[in-house]
Amino acid sequence: MERPFRTINILFYGVGGQGVLTAAEICSLAAMHGGYHVKKSEIKGMSQRGGSVESYVRFGSRIYSPLPPEEEADIIVCFNAEEYPRLKQELRPGGKDLFCYLEKANLAVGNKKIFLNSYLLGVLSSFLPVKEQDWLDALNEKLKKDKPENKFFFLTGRKEGKRNDL
Amino acid sequence: MNYVSKKQKAFLSGNEAVAWGALASGVCFASAYPGTPSTEILETLGNFSELEAQWAVNEKVAYEAAYGASLAGRRALTACKHVGLNVAMDPLMTTAYSGVNAGFVVVVADDPGMYSSQNEQDTRRIAPYAKIPLIEPSSPSEAYYFIQEAFKISEQYDTPVLFRLTTRVSHTKESFSACFGRNVLPDRELEKNPLKYVMIPGHARLRHLDLEKRILMLKDFSEKTELNRIELKDRKVGFLVSGVSALYAKEAYPEASFLTLGMSFPFPVKKVKNFAAKIKKLYVIEELEPFLEEKLKQEGIRAVGKKPSWACGELSPQAVKDIMAQKERRLRQQKARRPLLCPGCPHRPAFYVLKKSGVFVAGDIGCYTLGALEPLAALHTQTCMGSSIPFFEGISKMQKKYKAVAVIGDSTFIHTGISGLISAVYNGTKGVILIMDNSITAMTGGQQNPATGLTLQGKITKKLSLEKICLAAGADNVDVVNPFDIEGMRKILELRLGEDALSVIIARFPCRMIDCRRAPAMRIDQGKCVKCRQCLLLDCPAITEKEGRIVINEVLCAGCGLCRKVCKSGAIAPGKGR
Repeated sequence: MERPFRTINILFYGVGGQGVLTAAEICSLAAMHGGYHVKKSEIKGMSQRGGSVESYVRFGSRIYSPLPPEEEADIIVCFNAEEYPRLKQELRPGGKDLFCYLEKANLAVGNKKIFLNSYLLGVLSSFLPVKEQDWLDALNEKLKKDKPENKFFFLTGRKEGKRNDL
Repeated sequence: MNYVSKKQKAFLSGNEAVAWGALASGVCFASAYPGTPSTEILETLGNFSELEAQWAVNEKVAYEAAYGASLAGRRALTACKHVGLNVAMDPLMTTAYSGVNAGFVVVVADDPGMYSSQNEQDTRRIAPYAKIPLIEPSSPSEAYYFIQEAFKISEQYDTPVLFRLTTRVSHTKESFSACFGRNVLPDRELEKNPLKYVMIPGHARLRHLDLEKRILMLKDFSEKTELNRIELKDRKVGFLVSGVSALYAKEAYPEASFLTLGMSFPFPVKKVKNFAAKIKKLYVIEELEPFLEEKLKQEGIRAVGKKPSWACGELSPQAVKDIMAQKERRLRQQKARRPLLCPGCPHRPAFYVLKKSGVFVAGDIGCYTLGALEPLAALHTQTCMGSSIPFFEGISKMQKKYKAVAVIGDSTFIHTGISGLISAVYNGTKGVILIMDNSITAMTGGQQNPATGLTLQGKITKKLSLEKICLAAGADNVDVVNPFDIEGMRKILELRLGEDALSVIIARFPCRMIDCRRAPAMRIDQGKCVKCRQCLLLDCPAITEKEGRIVINEVLCAGCGLCRKVCKSGAIAPGKGR
């Protein structure tokens, strides 16, 4: 059954090695479990350690283009402060910019930077019409190591996102 | 590998979908040489124990091995990137005459926008040139179903089938449901049929006639197949589209009418005319070359096409609107960081030595091509796989201004470098060929090759010795050096450049992506640093200048110590352990 739902476009970006692509993959799986049609686009090749990385996730009742129209991202999730200016103009007017959570995320994970993506996914999840269980299933499928910690940071981020979602 | 045959949901890239579709088609053999954006097709097939999947040394060899499997009566597939197909054009053109036994599909991934390629040639043009059918999926779900159709067409019409993807199809992931499984097909037998498989002129003349007949039959098929489908909605605006362009147009105008060509060669003239007659204004939207547009013009079908500037780069929903408004392409500036060699990359010290020596460097295809960029700027040509050694031969023989050196990676040397070396030796070339051996096919993400001694599946196989093959080809000297020993490397380069000999120097050190062991990160003692900037000239992502101070990012630093070696004031030393 087709769900009457407008397409949601999310842009993930940052630097290679931060878990940007994994986060986009988990978000896609969660949306798929939620019953949406999902497309995720990313560019591979020529990306070395420390290079720019970006990925678009689109989900809704029926997705055509793997790329959203220019400057039409509903939510942007930036993983790196230096990279932030590069694509912030992709956010549509009135869209949700999660950059304000990056500092909190960094503080929360401390020197365990590998959990940054789980925290940010938690924040993101609080703004999307996908059930918590679908997110947890997606996390569980995609992350092979440190499952309890990832779940913990995901839920911490989710709580933070909900708190500020006024 | 566990998979079921009942309907289930998956989230697959276009490349993965091709592999799963091939598995479902009963493919028994697949061969390829890695090339972005096609690499994951074979990587995925390598996970299936039901079939034999392998890395070949180059695309021509991959094509021929897969074709051999088809002759043996088993469905077979080869995959490559657009420029890879150039290497396999020789067998492609003549196997089009011979036809196949079991189904044979040639998967090719184009790269509009050149995200990781040296040109953006449009492979669709190959189909009419070789006179073989062309299938173009627009999404992973279509790729999964269309590849199964492609095998049927191959067998029904006795022809290789060209299956064309683009970066946005290959590397988009899509959620869809399908019955993932495997069909086991009855065996076909290998037959001795020289009239079909020995293409001497007398036989080839007959096969050419057959080829012309076959293409007429395929034309009829193209009119009828559901791969070419009409969706009539608003009749004021209609689109003729193929591949991912179809989706960009649907995104921009979901209410318009569409004729989407999943099989764009042979062109279904009647179907298109039929569609055009129902539509007030017909637009043709396609990436790269005006392949469909030219056909429309040839058939006298009125349609609005694009300005020539749109032959460059990939499309997008916005581009569709711009094309329809008859605008010129506006090039969006590249917003990504400049690609850099990784921290601790063994190519960096080799380029440092080459730059100091002042030689002209004929380069090749691989991560080391990045050595061409400032500030390393120590590589001066790059064209196609294996071109470095022949370029070096011509350059060093025909001028005296520069001493020339060829630079080529281990995998590229095996791909098409060996023949260049043999030819250089045979023709009395003197000078130095530097093989940058990082012991992996790195640029495409780290694939095995004959010199690693491991197969696609990671199984141990016979290991090719680069030293022995260079000596057997007739190189006068073969030296193996560790590129991080920059003084040793400088000495051997100087010695060999001064001799009347053809020398191969193998700079051997594993890629950081395969050998992740790291030494303690380097630190700069700000009290000793005199800002000579020698370390910055290494172009290492870990070394940056911040507020007038040169600093090393501890997280990125691999601890290779190259910066310590080039520092003039002894300000760089290892920090604490990790």
